[in-house]
Amino acid sequence: MAFTLPPLPYPLDALAGHGISKEQIDFHYNKHHKGYVTKLNAAAEKTPELKEKTIEQLIKEKAPVFNLAAQIWNHTFYWNCMSPNGGGAPTGAIAEAINKDFGSFDKMKEEFSAAAAGHFGSGWAWLVKDGDKLKVHQTHDAGCPLADGLKPILTCDVWEHAFYIDYRNDKAAYVQSFWKTVNWDFVNSQL
Amino acid sequence: ALDPHIDKETMTIHHTKHHNTYVTNLNKAIEGSALAEKSVDELVADLNAVPEDIRTAVRNNGGGHANHSLFWTLLSPNGGGEPTGELAEEIKSTFGSFDQFKEKFAAAAAGRFGSGWAWLVVNNGKLEITSTPNQDSPLSEGKTPVLGLDVWEHAYYLNYQNRRPDYISAFWNVVNWDEVARLYSEAK
Repeated sequence: MAFTLPPLPYPLDALAGHGISKEQIDFHYNKHHKGYVTKLNAAAEKTPELKEKTIEQLIKEKAPVFNLAAQIWNHTFYWNCMSPNGGGAPTGAIAEAINKDFGSFDKMKEEFSAAAAGHFGSGWAWLVKDGDKLKVHQTHDAGCPLADGLKPILTCDVWEHAFYIDYRNDKAAYVQSFWKTVNWDFVNSQL
Repeated sequence: ALDPHIDKETMTIHHTKHHNTYVTNLNKAIEGSALAEKSVDELVADLNAVPEDIRTAVRNNGGGHANHSLFWTLLSPNGGGEPTGELAEEIKSTFGSFDQFKEKFAAAAAGRFGSGWAWLVVNNGKLEITSTPNQDSPLSEGKTPVLGLDVWEHAYYLNYQNRRPDYISAFWNVVNWDEVARLYSEAK
């Protein structure tokens, strides 16, 4: 098997206290994320050259391999952006960068939340570094900022599978819970 | 009514929340404009006539309203089975057999990555299987939908979670072939 599913950084029920249930994460990680890995391995069986590449390299490929590779990468990043000990206000370098480029954490939170809740269809909301500036960015379906020459700093999955078990259609409520989980140490490490 | 194939909670949220939101947002987008006189099908059939500053909102929410309005009419608790008459003949001659048609339609539905719809359309008098992303309507491409299946995750997640193929299989049990046939005879 060329590609493996990275382990979840915490137990399935770790974020339940913040509003993302064990069942939600179980399906998301063990079915969706794992499913992309299974499908990419199947594709690599048919096209062995794929086995020589890393996920990041495969993000440069076209669909359907792009979709699988990008979704594997995006989901791994997403799990790392969250933590049972997360939430609260950012500290350190990211806090300074947010204040510099958005004015305040509240303003960044507002813009990011609007992007997340307002994204039409499947996709992702991101905080990215574009050159030396932090920006809010949206990608559609499997879109990954790496493919756009941007540096991912924080992401929230807004495919319906990311929140439907816990929130049904109430995407905005899911995004509010997401903020309670943000792992600012990880975010700082991405700057 | 469509239990166990499409569960009550899904139907309730799908209609009263998702579809309703498209209607609300469409109304907001076209408020006060001459577009308010058009039917939703007319709106999505001619997106170029929609001012650029609201075109995306109309494409998305008008599409959502048109697609879902059609979808509800194509489902029935008395549905399922097979089409008859002229539609059955045309499906057979176009796709080889009803089973081959179902296979191709299911493939389009399962293969639509992200949010979207699978469709059986009439295009220049001929039956075709196609899929669209997000809430795009075949009407925008000049094609007339006669059967559609919503494959946004909200359409099946509560009952089927990631198992979209199981949802697609269950769909065949509730297809209102009388309505599909009626739409086909009008469109061909």
